[in-house]
Amino acid sequence: MKEIKKNITIIKAGKYDRQYLIDLWKYRELFYFLSWRDILVRYKQTVIGVVWSIIRPILTMIVFTIIFGKIAKLPSGNVPYPILVFVALLPWQFFANALQSSSNSLVGNAGMISKVYFPRMIVPASSIIVAFIDFLISFMILIILMFWYRFVPDWKVVTIPLFLILAILLTLGAGFLISSLNVKYRDFQYIVPFIVQLGLYISPVGFSSDIVPQKWKIIYSLNPMVGIIDGFRWAFFGTQSNYLMLSIIFSIVIIILILFIGIWYFRKTERTFADRI
Amino acid sequence: METAIKVENIGKKYIIRHQQDQYDTLRDEISNKSRKFFLRVFGNYRGNSAAMSTKEEFWALRDISFTIKNGERIGIIGKNGAGKSTLLKILSRITEPSEGRAIINGKVASLLEVGTGFHPELTGRENIYLNGAVLGMSKKYINTRFKEIVEFAEIEKFLDTPVKRYSSGMYVRLAFAVAATLEPEILMIDEVLAVGDVKFQKKCLGRMEDVSKNEGRTILFVSHNMAAISSLTEKCILLNKGEMVAFDETNKVVNMYLSTCMFDDLDSKDGNYDYTNYERPEAKINLKNTKVFFIGGKILGNDDNSRNIFQEGEKIIFSIDFKVIKKVSFFELAFGVKNMLDMPIFSVLSDIFQLELKPGEYNTKIIIDPNYLRPGEYNVGLSMYAPDLQDGMKNAMHFTIEANPESYNNPHWSFSFLGVIKFPYFWEKPVRIK
Repeated sequence: MKEIKKNITIIKAGKYDRQYLIDLWKYRELFYFLSWRDILVRYKQTVIGVVWSIIRPILTMIVFTIIFGKIAKLPSGNVPYPILVFVALLPWQFFANALQSSSNSLVGNAGMISKVYFPRMIVPASSIIVAFIDFLISFMILIILMFWYRFVPDWKVVTIPLFLILAILLTLGAGFLISSLNVKYRDFQYIVPFIVQLGLYISPVGFSSDIVPQKWKIIYSLNPMVGIIDGFRWAFFGTQSNYLMLSIIFSIVIIILILFIGIWYFRKTERTFADRI
Repeated sequence: METAIKVENIGKKYIIRHQQDQYDTLRDEISNKSRKFFLRVFGNYRGNSAAMSTKEEFWALRDISFTIKNGERIGIIGKNGAGKSTLLKILSRITEPSEGRAIINGKVASLLEVGTGFHPELTGRENIYLNGAVLGMSKKYINTRFKEIVEFAEIEKFLDTPVKRYSSGMYVRLAFAVAATLEPEILMIDEVLAVGDVKFQKKCLGRMEDVSKNEGRTILFVSHNMAAISSLTEKCILLNKGEMVAFDETNKVVNMYLSTCMFDDLDSKDGNYDYTNYERPEAKINLKNTKVFFIGGKILGNDDNSRNIFQEGEKIIFSIDFKVIKKVSFFELAFGVKNMLDMPIFSVLSDIFQLELKPGEYNTKIIIDPNYLRPGEYNVGLSMYAPDLQDGMKNAMHFTIEANPESYNNPHWSFSFLGVIKFPYFWEKPVRIK
């Protein structure tokens, strides 16, 4: 007779780490279904539905172009200002949207978390997908914009996925950290909008990094979004500033740090989510 | 037989905070820490006393150990707050134990709630896939069972309607139908049958019986429904205030639970009851408005001593005291006996007493001789009308019937081996007719 392979689970206070990776793999379909749910539900009961995903970045771009380019007359080199803004908006909007949804994701799925077992990391991770879809839509708009302005990027544009991966890792790390903190301290649901609002002013979205004074460059580069956004701009326009490499290295280091802390704290508190949520 | 679940000294501790809101906030944490710091610095820190008085440890479960073999069907019963759900949550890995460990051998599915993860905006079809995924089913697997789910839930017509437009019955049916397709080796179920109409509840029970008996799975089942527990499980765990009181055959444990738990708000060891301070929650009666109400009761044996243990076939006298506040000229008493499963065994109405009762205290007796009750626990309900409802109590008295082998010698009794009551009868000897 064939021996049936059993899966033995040991439950006790403390860790069962090895099992976690196996479980993550086993529940991969849940990741897919949760993202699918978020996408389906997103524009239910709206009249124009998915068009919102197109309107929002375009409106933001127009507002930024008028305020920074026309009124404040910030320099943009030889790149059309709307494209300069839009290229930065891509990673920024992704980060802002993904961070907001992932930091509220655990609390928002409290029912599931207190009633069913699954690796909880799936929740904040899958909530990023909606923002990623928005990113792809915005990317299409960018391509159309470049046709409109007859702007052709050179080979460097193929490095975009690398910067995108950095943005995803940053959001994952911050999402893990803030969503798990939010389970215990609901203060974080008020802190996140503030981070996003403030972040917009200290990240080179509406302006180019060149206008930042030399003496502030180091502190300015500590913001991991600076490296990512400048990386995007470099990939599209080849704009080369002295500090590009520095800010990218800073970004990578800080992102790895945030990711590490995020995973560590998430795993540490994960087993008590059901009790606290 | 192989062991399916082995639990060793499992305990779960919660920290209860008094006079605080339900969420921790950073402010609380910081102010607490600084308070402790100041108390320590300025010398008045007495360990855990003043500063920590807002926190209290609470053990929802303590020292639970048991072993369940493959294919066993185990019920978990106990009063609210006994730790039943906490135990299931630990075994299904939703929350971790504070101490001890459990070894689980086999694929587990837990059903602490039906419809977990349902999204109101999504259609029935979409929710089947979503809920299935939440319960750990793959898309491929759901595809193969899809038709079955829809048929079981009886929602063919509304498959593409958002579930927020469903009636609550449809919602629950769909949710249970998805859950019913789970095929784990170990299934843990928490009180999910408390929903839906009777017809559907029966269907669910049938399905669960199928799963447990015919497919030979290990089942852990939490419920307050003793009939369901009795029919579905072979052994039962009884929890009380976080401790395991018993782990034995279902019949024994259910009896134990019902006799210890059901009557503890009105307990009497000697069959003597005082109703003057007893609340009547079921009847919603305000004693200030009634003309007449019960003040006490006694259960008496042949010897006129009150007690609450009687033998099979013994004479039982229920003596009831009541008080008349305002003159009544017309009243009626109702008396009913239920068994532990809350099943009515018999009930009687008094004659309509067309007595004029002046204010005062009165006594009346109901005499049952002999009693036809089988051994077990019973509970007495009383109510009174004059002519509208004046007073009523669902659990007014409680008594036990003990087996009396001697009574079996009585040819009119013998002993009935099935059924809820015995019956006097006479069995004629066979006579040849052809």
